[in-house]
Amino acid sequence: MMSLHPRKRRLAAQWPTVVWLVVVWVLLWGDLSFGNVIAGTVVAVAVTGLLRMTPVDFHGRLHPWGLVVLVARFAWDLLHASVEVSWVALRPRHTPRGAVIGVQLRNHSDLYLTITAELCSLVPGSLVVEAHRLTGMLYLHVLDVEQSGGVEAARKTVLDQEERVLRAFASDDELRAAGLDPHPRRSARRAEVRA
Amino acid sequence: MTVVLLICAALLTVAGVLALIRAERGPSMLDRTVALDIVVTVVVAAVALYAAAERRTDVVPILVVLSLVGFVGSVTISRFASVEPEGEGRVRSREEIAQEEAERIRAEEEAERARRARRAKEAEVAHPDAEPVAPVEARREEESAGHAADAQASSAEVPHDDDRAEHDGTEHDRTDEGSTR
Amino acid sequence: MSWDTVADVVASICLIGGALLAFAAGVGVLRFPDLLSRMHAGTKPQVLGLILVLIGLSLRLRSGGAVWALVLVALFQMLTAPVAAHLVGRAGYRTGKVRRDLLVVDELTDAQARAATRDDADLPRNDAPEETTDAERR
Repeated sequence: MMSLHPRKRRLAAQWPTVVWLVVVWVLLWGDLSFGNVIAGTVVAVAVTGLLRMTPVDFHGRLHPWGLVVLVARFAWDLLHASVEVSWVALRPRHTPRGAVIGVQLRNHSDLYLTITAELCSLVPGSLVVEAHRLTGMLYLHVLDVEQSGGVEAARKTVLDQEERVLRAFASDDELRAAGLDPHPRRSARRAEVRA
Repeated sequence: MTVVLLICAALLTVAGVLALIRAERGPSMLDRTVALDIVVTVVVAAVALYAAAERRTDVVPILVVLSLVGFVGSVTISRFASVEPEGEGRVRSREEIAQEEAERIRAEEEAERARRARRAKEAEVAHPDAEPVAPVEARREEESAGHAADAQASSAEVPHDDDRAEHDGTEHDRTDEGSTR
Repeated sequence: MSWDTVADVVASICLIGGALLAFAAGVGVLRFPDLLSRMHAGTKPQVLGLILVLIGLSLRLRSGGAVWALVLVALFQMLTAPVAAHLVGRAGYRTGKVRRDLLVVDELTDAQARAATRDDADLPRNDAPEETTDAERR
């Protein structure tokens, strides 16, 4: 006989998905009314319960300032690089020389790999061609090597992007495992006091 | 607002036409996939432009659905993409088809002749008298003639098009004589 | 000059900007020499062009409900466009449609070649790397 407890536990563990689906439902209908939220919850629970998908393991926490930095820098990159790629497309008699570079990411999670890969693909100039989930290796195709400042500069862009993502979403342990300092300002102050 | 509408419509139309040219030309299926993805984007932009011009909010669900589903086509094609030989999907012209047929017939006749020569040599080595070889040779010649006739018939089945009648002169020396004309 | 007119003017600028980026995408996909660059041209202006067009549209519509739906449209487009681009690029690599002579540096082919030679070198061990590639191909 199938006991209810594992199923209930799994549903309860997937509450971020349910919340996200309710938000999508309410946004689609356009107005935040009681009926919409209730209907959204029903639909979200039904979808999450009936369609079994591997739950995303998210062990981090939300850093508000990191998130602001991530979004703002992403918007600026998008604007700047779209103009650049359009210029490359419209400039006559210039064929771009591309390159495929491999970047070793420093975190061990699928979620951050996906977010980093998506953000790097969205910012014009680079495209994720192959992603090895198990080793954390991303291969990107860069459109114009001279415009990105060279192969090493392109690699550094990806690693910077990963750092911003980690600082926005990751917990302190994950940051330390990736080799980044969770509280740079605090350690700088501590270094000053000690010196 | 009308001026802006016209400018944007012109830009989007040109973008769509250029993408369609790439869809026709692009040597592989993946190029065509990318081009048609651009066409989907142009459609989304055009619907948004229409909604902006007429101030209608009831076409916004169309945008939502298109943005959700517009990538399914390219994902499906690229998931099952296989290696295509060069020039496989190209539409070949009549002359090229006839030329390929003629080459195929020639290659078959060559193979037949080579096989016959080999068998004749083996037969000579095995049985010094040439008696059994002759009927076998005759049968093989019939077979190859039959093959050639079939090939001629199939190349003649290239449908006769009235529009192409003007190209009679160039076609005549490549296809077989006495075919459809 | 009322706020309506200002909004309309800004909306017009955004709409023209979005259409220009779509036009750049069309030109790029025709001009660029190989599959990967054409994909850049195809998917990048999609994002910013669409965002600009949606900003223009929301300035014209000025109704709360529709604007939130447009935010959702932009979000969905940003989530799905990289996936499509990535899959097309990966398929292009695996079917050999990438022109390696146009690439300055090609580290993926080197890595694949190294993995291949490693597989050939120690034969009893070669089920493990195959497993990972099958998992990736899934």
